[in-house]
Amino acid sequence: MIDKFVPDVTAALAGIEDGAVILLPGFGNGMPETLVEGLIAQGARDLTLVVNSGGRDTGPTADLLASGHVRKLICSFVRADSTAGRLFAAGKLELEIVPQGTLAERLRAAGAGVQAFYTPTGADTLLAEGRETRIINGRNCLLEYPLAGDVALVDAWEADRWGNLTHRESARNFNPVMAMAAKLTIAQTRHAVPLGAIPPEHVHTPGVFVHRVVHVPA
Amino acid sequence: MTFRPLDRAGIAARIAQDIPEGWFVNLGIGIPTGVSDHVPPDREVIFHSENGVIGAGPAPAPDKINPYLVNAGTQHITLRTGGSFVHHADSFAIARGGHLDLCVLGAFEVAENGDIANWARSPDEPVKQVGGAMDLAIGAKRLWVAMEHITKGHGGSRIRRACSYPLTAKGVVQRVYTDLAVLEVTPRGFTVLDMVPGMTRQGLQDRSEAELHWT
Repeated sequence: MIDKFVPDVTAALAGIEDGAVILLPGFGNGMPETLVEGLIAQGARDLTLVVNSGGRDTGPTADLLASGHVRKLICSFVRADSTAGRLFAAGKLELEIVPQGTLAERLRAAGAGVQAFYTPTGADTLLAEGRETRIINGRNCLLEYPLAGDVALVDAWEADRWGNLTHRESARNFNPVMAMAAKLTIAQTRHAVPLGAIPPEHVHTPGVFVHRVVHVPA
Repeated sequence: MTFRPLDRAGIAARIAQDIPEGWFVNLGIGIPTGVSDHVPPDREVIFHSENGVIGAGPAPAPDKINPYLVNAGTQHITLRTGGSFVHHADSFAIARGGHLDLCVLGAFEVAENGDIANWARSPDEPVKQVGGAMDLAIGAKRLWVAMEHITKGHGGSRIRRACSYPLTAKGVVQRVYTDLAVLEVTPRGFTVLDMVPGMTRQGLQDRSEAELHWT
């Protein structure tokens, strides 16, 4: 019997190693806060964190950065007046800025086996300096590579034992695409439901992309 | 003769006048966010938000806030009947794949060739706020910009021969709505479509670094 539920957060995060690339969804909501707290306590260091925004002074992203466990941040947006902005200014954090759509597409490419793609996004900007560009169909395009994770920590509203997930409203955001882009995808879910309870047409992230699920009720 | 500049809500309202029923529209952070408030409810315009919302509606009443439903500015919103949700890669496929009829962005500067600068004031700026602007700028069928004509800080014009700040994208802006005028980017440069009452051609030219043309 397939059963991806694990008993607690410690079991969910077991085996995450130093140097791992961590994919972390979330955009105003949809971030697996309990798993992030657990990751800080688990203690893996020298991490690369992939997340849309560097966050503010409080909250899971800021807490994870403040723990000192993150060496490099890959994101689309960093405020100067934030934990991430100050760590970067102090030389304590490497930073790679990726346009938000390119971030999503690099993740999707990693999950889909696409080895590279060209996009006009960013091609005529500072972000293209020193990188390969090419005119395609009359447009200047920038070569982009997939962005794969060792671990994705994702958030769900419902999960069954196969790891099928639903997400609430805009809390879906990066969750499905990060789930497909990592070697190990760990979900925290508000509700644990029996197999078959989620109508098949309504599964947002199929369980084939999910390896462990931990139930974190409200 | 005196003129009164539009306030930020006035710019948003002016843009809303030009959005017809049926368009699929993304609104950037800042002045553009207010545009949807000025589209009459009986004119069906579908608003997209980068975090995966199709059919974004107005802010909810305080007792009806849904913590799982926000827009790209992480403000609480509602969903219009007929709306739907997609994940982030599909949401940016919408933005980059040419599916938006219109995107309205804020900007620091726009140049007469349609270049836009809206993410950094210098190459060394510690703030790295790219977000989704580069994706939206290259992907929408139409790109309009909403901004003040003159900078608050040093009084320079944001209507430029060439952008002095780092570019977001080249040659993509079609129209600019400022507190003083509406300008179309044409092969010969900025062509003025409209000015606030009381503004003169010379007055507008004096406030523009680029040469203006008239229809």
